[in-house]
Amino acid sequence: MMLSIKNIHANIDGKEILRGINLDIKAGEVHAIMGPNGSGKSTLASVLAGREEYEVTEGTVTFLNKNLLDLSIEDRAREGLFLAFQYPVEIPGVSTTNFIKAAVNEKRKYHGQEPLDALAFLKIMKEKMALVEIDQALLSRSINEGFSGGEKKRNEIFQMAMLEPKLAILDETDSGLDIDALRIVANGINKLRNENRAILLITHYQRLLDYIQPDYVHVLYNGRIVKSGSKDLALELEEKGYDFITDETEMTKSS
Amino acid sequence: MTNITYFKDQFEALTATDSPSTIRDISSAAFETFNQSGLPTYKLEEWKYTNINSLFDKDYQFSKDNSRETLSPSAVQALNLPGQNEANELYFINGRFTPGLSKIISSEKELIILPLEAAAKGTYQKIIADHLGSSSKYLKDGLHALNTAFIQDGIFIYLPKGQQLKAPLYLHHITDANTENTLSQPRSLVYLAENTQLQLIETYTTLGSMESFNNEVIEIVLQENAYLAYYKLQNDSPNAAQVSSTQIHQIGKSYVQTLTISLNGGVIRNNLNLILDAVGNETHLYGLSLLKGNSHVDHHTLVDNKQPNCFSNQLYKGIADDTATGIFSGRIIVQPDAQKTNAYQSSKNIILSERATINAKPQLEIFADDVKCSHGCTVGQLDEEAMFYLRARGVPFKTAESLLLQAFASDILDQIKLEPLRTHVEQLILAHLASS
Repeated sequence: MMLSIKNIHANIDGKEILRGINLDIKAGEVHAIMGPNGSGKSTLASVLAGREEYEVTEGTVTFLNKNLLDLSIEDRAREGLFLAFQYPVEIPGVSTTNFIKAAVNEKRKYHGQEPLDALAFLKIMKEKMALVEIDQALLSRSINEGFSGGEKKRNEIFQMAMLEPKLAILDETDSGLDIDALRIVANGINKLRNENRAILLITHYQRLLDYIQPDYVHVLYNGRIVKSGSKDLALELEEKGYDFITDETEMTKSS
Repeated sequence: MTNITYFKDQFEALTATDSPSTIRDISSAAFETFNQSGLPTYKLEEWKYTNINSLFDKDYQFSKDNSRETLSPSAVQALNLPGQNEANELYFINGRFTPGLSKIISSEKELIILPLEAAAKGTYQKIIADHLGSSSKYLKDGLHALNTAFIQDGIFIYLPKGQQLKAPLYLHHITDANTENTLSQPRSLVYLAENTQLQLIETYTTLGSMESFNNEVIEIVLQENAYLAYYKLQNDSPNAAQVSSTQIHQIGKSYVQTLTISLNGGVIRNNLNLILDAVGNETHLYGLSLLKGNSHVDHHTLVDNKQPNCFSNQLYKGIADDTATGIFSGRIIVQPDAQKTNAYQSSKNIILSERATINAKPQLEIFADDVKCSHGCTVGQLDEEAMFYLRARGVPFKTAESLLLQAFASDILDQIKLEPLRTHVEQLILAHLASS
């Protein structure tokens, strides 16, 4: 098992957002988590990546046989966890290329590998740039500064390609993208899909799943996974709306 | 108060020497001021954040004339900034200009350097009489007067008409605190005649572990169409206190850029006065303080707009860690005649530790009605979202912090037009950020 989430409860500012999540993900699998706004989707991504304002009050997360919750934010990344941000931060004054080089070499160091020299780094960068159709000029600029919504998301997938994670969590990567940008980003993700890598797609809408076919779909509601199924579940949701899940859940609760 | 007695004795000894009357007159007046006002205390508004008086609990000595010879040229050369071979370098040891260690590569046609005493007697007598000590009108405290009272082995720097000096001019201030607590009082007057250009850099180094106090006054005058880039690099040891007063008087339509980098030191106070005394003067003041440990850096700026159509912009950035203290007090005066003044001021700060302090105090005094003035000040922490983003990609906390702080500092560093100096400062900052 690559990732095993057992009964995770998490709070922010004393308010419980996750109320007992269970999820197992194996290498090579693509899981989609869907759910209405406020159901806890992004909180789950944040807890896994180590965002410090969330407090895990109960449960365990095992990632590649390690207790994920014991690892620092940096070490989670170096172990192979990658979070593509819903809202990538603009960081004026820090060059994208320098930052990615630092990140790649920190990961190599963690795994006892020599740092890449400038030439080797450039070569890999060129390959991965083609993958997500991102322009070099963009990468020589400050991180995400003045990037369009699509450019920001492409930059996220580019970084994913550079860091070659074991588990990629893509938090609403489709949000704010027009149809062309969505296609490019989705193509990039599909090219990065392989039998050693797991992907967790977090999305509100089904449309991303037209491009990236998940193996499993889970519906998150009120801090719990209330329904799991194949990719057909996403289509059902698209057709009937979230109400059909929420009504079902409320009914179960009241009965 | 043994220092005061000591200063009095020393002043008597000094007046017995044969100094030119121009200098003797202003020195005597300054000593009177010193006697009346004493050392500034924090009860004075201008000194409320910086307690200079308490530093004089220890006894200081002026350097004896011969102590300069104890420093070998090779020891001094070792302190040179890297990558700057094509430069004029003047050394002040314990506040006294030391020609034997200095290196002047520009010709006498391009650059004239004279001891103040000599300049006051010859061709430049009128310039000395008109401008030496003019900063006393703005800086009326006892410490400033103390420097003026003891003008000795100061220098006069003169750029003749039309000289656009390619080689930068470094003033290296070295205080030898190996054997005693040393008070250095360097004094300079710089005069840029019409159509001249100068890059002037000041550095400060204390040797030894006794107390060092550098009480410096430099006065700079710019004539029509002169250009000055003035850099101050403060990267001294924690036992080094410094009060550095710079007054720049733009008497012709001219351009000035100042940049003060404060990295290490004990108590540092910078007085920077810009007197915009000709129509259409332009001035840019930049500052960057990266403070940690127990450093204390107090920037006091004054921009006095006396004539119409002047432009000034101030941008001071500060980062304070540990128990460090940073102060920015910026005063802008717009005199009644100074219509169409544009004067801007901004102070931006980041606090990295709960025990660090930043004080910012803008003061606008506007007596003209058709002006554009603004001031702003921010004090905040590092952007947590940005920190998380960098760390979530595997960049260690310390490196992430360093990247963000370098980014914060970058627009100031970009203003260093002198390439070897910028490279040097960037490396100092990298090391500084890595070592905390």
